[in-house]
Amino acid sequence: MAGPGHEDSAAPADEASAEARLLDQHELSRRAFVKAAALFGTGGFLAAGGLVGLSSLARVSAAADLDSATAAELAKRQWAFVIDLRRCDGCGKCTKGCQQMHFLPEGQEWIKVYTVTGAGGQTISLPVLCQMCEEPPCTKVCPVVATYQEPDGVVVIDQEICIGCRMCMAACPYGVRVFNWQQPPQVPEGARSASPLFTAPQRQGTVGKCDSCAHRLREGDFPACVTSCPMEAIYVGDFVTDIATNGRETVVLSEFLRTNDAFRLKEELGTKPRVYYIAGHGQDLDF
Amino acid sequence: MVEQRTGSPPTAQQELHSAALRPVVDAGRRFWLLFIGLGLVALAGAGAYGLQLVAGGLSVTGYNDQVFWGSYEATLVAFIGFSYGGALVSAVLRLTNAPWRGPITRIAEVSALATLLVGALFPIIHLGHPERIWLLFVQPNFQSPIFWDMVAILTYMLATLVLLTLPLIPDAAALRDHPRLGRWHRRLYGVLSLGWTGTEQQRRSLERALTVVAILIVPLAVVVHTVLSYTFSLTSRPGWHSTIFGPYFVIGAVYSGVAVVILAALAYRRAYGLQRWIDDKTIKKLAFVMVALGAAYGYATFSEITTEGFVGKEAEVELLYGLLLERFAPLFWSFIGLGLLAPIALIAFRRTRTPAGIALAAGLVIVAMYLKRILIVVPPLSRPVIGGDVGAYLPSPVEIAIVSGAAAGVVLIMLFLFRFLPVMAVDEMVEIEREQAEALASRGRTPAPQPISVSGAPDG
Repeated sequence: MAGPGHEDSAAPADEASAEARLLDQHELSRRAFVKAAALFGTGGFLAAGGLVGLSSLARVSAAADLDSATAAELAKRQWAFVIDLRRCDGCGKCTKGCQQMHFLPEGQEWIKVYTVTGAGGQTISLPVLCQMCEEPPCTKVCPVVATYQEPDGVVVIDQEICIGCRMCMAACPYGVRVFNWQQPPQVPEGARSASPLFTAPQRQGTVGKCDSCAHRLREGDFPACVTSCPMEAIYVGDFVTDIATNGRETVVLSEFLRTNDAFRLKEELGTKPRVYYIAGHGQDLDF
Repeated sequence: MVEQRTGSPPTAQQELHSAALRPVVDAGRRFWLLFIGLGLVALAGAGAYGLQLVAGGLSVTGYNDQVFWGSYEATLVAFIGFSYGGALVSAVLRLTNAPWRGPITRIAEVSALATLLVGALFPIIHLGHPERIWLLFVQPNFQSPIFWDMVAILTYMLATLVLLTLPLIPDAAALRDHPRLGRWHRRLYGVLSLGWTGTEQQRRSLERALTVVAILIVPLAVVVHTVLSYTFSLTSRPGWHSTIFGPYFVIGAVYSGVAVVILAALAYRRAYGLQRWIDDKTIKKLAFVMVALGAAYGYATFSEITTEGFVGKEAEVELLYGLLLERFAPLFWSFIGLGLLAPIALIAFRRTRTPAGIALAAGLVIVAMYLKRILIVVPPLSRPVIGGDVGAYLPSPVEIAIVSGAAAGVVLIMLFLFRFLPVMAVDEMVEIEREQAEALASRGRTPAPQPISVSGAPDG
């Protein structure tokens, strides 16, 4: 780091060694430049490399935390919903049942009942819950794998991990994701849970959405929206056993979908939802 | 390079050295007034963020489940865009060896760093759980645009730092012994000069290093803004899912960034009487660069609207009606008028192509481009994806305080850095003049008055 001022003070008698020192310095600073350039040139790559290295420690998804036997066991169910729009009268009881089940904050809806106008001018009530996409766009964009797909097809959120960037809300084409802006209400001691399958209370500053009542499905119970629908319009089913039920009547899932011309929302996006809708006659299929 | 202390009148070079250090040795009373005023605004912003952290999270914003992004995301895109303009001005002018770059590269580099440092705070400010940001390093999802945003911004920050510090090396060596510098500054310059003595070898090494950085920073900055745009366009949302978004963001970034450089250069030359070096010709050249980019941005805007509107897909048409004729029309046409037409007109006509006119144009571009970023973020969100009502969004007082504090913070960082660093790249300017004189001499001509000269012809 010595500057030219110091060289000036070098004894003129010792010219040879002064020159040597000068050369030395040039060599030194030259090296410093090459180093700086090299540092920059490789800096980016090193940063990327380091991140790749770190990622060997990273989990691909929380589902990967499961051992393969458990995962295979869970994969023996592939859940689906069917909503018979001919029966839905838009009463909104599914929304309320869901809110009670999950201790949701006032106004937060995990199954929203939209009123849309069909091609013939008729009014249609359209309940929209998480579409349980086979190819979920939301899990792709989550930077920390807080939202992921369980082996049985349910897409859930780990609110202990979610950083609250809301990228998944941007990616979801169905608008089913909500954000916990406020501190959610208290939950009775016994009902509290931090599991991604059932998080109560919801965590402030994280994204929430319909979890398909995965905790109940695995216990052989019905989701809250199915049991609270007085019109028995919501069926829950499983593609593996090919059965679906609304709690009273049981149908063969594939046949039920085929004979009733079931459709899915925004099929053209390639998300492959597992929520099917059955339209009445003359209804517009494109919402 | 050592300052020659003689009794004779100062040489042109000595005058340049003193001029570049004016903000360092004697900032002036108005500097401190501005510094304190902006400091208060920045403090208010920091306080507002504190409120958001402890007293209510993102509920203190105007966000809702439908419009869940707004001013923070717009600020992030805008500020990092400003940064790109500064870095690119410096890098591209060096690569093309434009002789007029000398007096403005330092200001461009400092502007790039200051806007980036503040802009890079917003990916954190907008989070619901900022304390969990470390998870991005521990368990990243490589598919996520947010992860690559972080990688790109951090890499770009490193590059911007190098772009600023490399040309400082010879300057620090040249100015280290300036008589008006205090002890601390001499020590700082001693460290920054890295043992520079100005030999041929060192010059060659520095030039090579600078070229490498300048070459790298161009694709790097393109990557940063493309990845930023991917945060929006890698969704299926109408209004965002568009192939033009990458280049659109890149052009918008440089356009607004050049405006920041112009404004900063004009402010410093006025405050410290640097007209002899940062002359009108230099400012006009920057203004022409800005106008060209403005035209490109206008073209991209037109192209996007036409391709989406002509086909008439339902969602896109709804969005366009909102933008051109309905809810967002006042904002959109303000952007077109104040952000594109007015600046281009101001610079196109000789009568208004004055420092004041150019400053006005640059100021308009900065404000209107911020507005445009709001228009990029908010309208596609406010349109419902399935059914229901159009979402409303108005920034809350907390948001306004944080964003204003950030804007003040950018200026504060620039003011602060120029209390330490020479405001012009003196060594580069001396070198450019020497090269030009040599080039002229080799063609057998006597050196005519230089376009940009250290000795500096009075303003023309």
